[in-house]
Amino acid sequence: MHWIVEPGFFSSPPVRVALVIGAVVAVVSAVVGVFTVMRSQSFAGHTLTDVSTAGGAGAVLVGISPLFGFVGSGLVGAGAMDVIGVQRARGRDLATGIVLGAATGLAALFLYLDTTTRATTGVTQQILFGSIFTVDSSLIPVVVVFGALSVAIILAVYRPLLLSSISADMAVARGVALRPVGLLFMAALAVSVGLAALVVGSILSTALLIGPAATALRMAARVGWAMVVAGALGVGATWLGILLSYDSFYWDASHQGLPVSFFIVAVVVVLYLLSGLPRLRSGRAGDRVR
Amino acid sequence: MTGLSAPPGDDVLRVDGASVSLSGRLVLDRVTFRVAAGEFTGLIGSNGAGKTTLLRVILGLQPTSAGEVSVLGAPASRRNHVIGYVPQKVLFEPETPMRARDLVALGIDGHRFGVPLRARRRRQLVDDMLHAVGADRFADARIGHLSGGEQQRVLIAHALVSRPRILLLDEPLANLDPGGAQEIVTVLHRIAVHEGIGILLSAHEINPLLPVMDRIVYLAGGRAASGTTAEVVRTEVLSALYGHHVDVIRIHGRVLVVAGPGGQGEQAPPVAPVPEVG
Repeated sequence: MHWIVEPGFFSSPPVRVALVIGAVVAVVSAVVGVFTVMRSQSFAGHTLTDVSTAGGAGAVLVGISPLFGFVGSGLVGAGAMDVIGVQRARGRDLATGIVLGAATGLAALFLYLDTTTRATTGVTQQILFGSIFTVDSSLIPVVVVFGALSVAIILAVYRPLLLSSISADMAVARGVALRPVGLLFMAALAVSVGLAALVVGSILSTALLIGPAATALRMAARVGWAMVVAGALGVGATWLGILLSYDSFYWDASHQGLPVSFFIVAVVVVLYLLSGLPRLRSGRAGDRVR
Repeated sequence: MTGLSAPPGDDVLRVDGASVSLSGRLVLDRVTFRVAAGEFTGLIGSNGAGKTTLLRVILGLQPTSAGEVSVLGAPASRRNHVIGYVPQKVLFEPETPMRARDLVALGIDGHRFGVPLRARRRRQLVDDMLHAVGADRFADARIGHLSGGEQQRVLIAHALVSRPRILLLDEPLANLDPGGAQEIVTVLHRIAVHEGIGILLSAHEINPLLPVMDRIVYLAGGRAASGTTAEVVRTEVLSALYGHHVDVIRIHGRVLVVAGPGGQGEQAPPVAPVPEVG
């Protein structure tokens, strides 16, 4: 057994914290991610990761956990995208682009200040690419509260969100107010991206958001099932990534180890590619004829 | 099904002198017509004639600059649940995680907050509606895997499941083959008659609607002529509407509207000289 799970894996406190936070974040990412893919808002999600980078770097600058910076700046960014993008043809795309540029500029400034003034050389790596093994266990309740908030928003607007994701015209004709629903979704997206940034880093957080959801949408014919499948895949990928990263400390004599974010994203991508195999997809012909 | 059917012939929708200007351009110019319960009305016009704008006016999404729109005696407004609506060009990705019945169910309560609870009554309503449009066979199939005609049936069921008194459809026959278009028209006609619903269907092609159409609203350049097909689809009426001479030709029970000489529209190509033989 010990050539699969290296000794001390389950008794290591950082590993335990990583497994718990990783699972919570993967489930939240799955619920939000399914709607992100259905609404074709992957680009908005990516932009929020850049906003999170700036926020996380800014949080380190003032000496608080990057998590608050990730989530707080994401919410501000989501609001800014709504204000710029509203009532314009292709406004959503334009707003996303503008916020993306501004956020990346701020991220460059804050990361520079972090490394020069606070002399924490690893901070750039930590913000951009994550370091789940260094997260303090006191953050677990905070992660759970943020995650519950994000999921609660999605469940509260579930039906109008679903209808407007299918067709804005149909939703409007049913009396759905598109803007509040869209804004609430963006808030849930911002929180979930911020949480994912804690696990795999701000730059890679869309991978955790989009990958399992896109994989699940190939296999499940209902929204609820897609969320369940995406959650299972996300938790599986996160745990397997943590295990492989832990094991990699023992792979060579220098005991350097390889980054956990790489392994998580690698598993996510492999799962997505595997789901493209014809047998795993919900059959086109099969579900036509009952 | 037992709807709140109005007596056939009662007006459910009146549009009286409605005009709409969009960025300085008069898109609808004093459009007047009515739709009666249990009747099938065709809204005919080419692309850009103002069909979608007119439907948006009736839905209360587009304000008018003049004229009145009355829906069951009340002014047009949003959140009007007496109108069912099938928009044009609804694209379903193959991976949209929804079955046909899920989309129909959203027609009952898609505007409500929270997650739907399983209820027998809700499921029964959905089953009845899928049956009424002939969609039982693919009720559990993914919406994105259905053909264009099958998707139209599901969209119609979605629009009808909340028991509206008026059904608006924007170009539902576009991209359907003639057989598929005929099936949809037949389903709609049956629903109009049985449920006493007033149907207003926009199309650029008049012929698929001829067998079932009680009334016609013919739009050209923002102006409308309305009445029965026999009253409206005539050379004099359509020439006046277009502002230049058009010929209405009836052949084998179908209608051709052809721009005459001097018309700005689609002119007949000049006839090529026939090469002499021998």
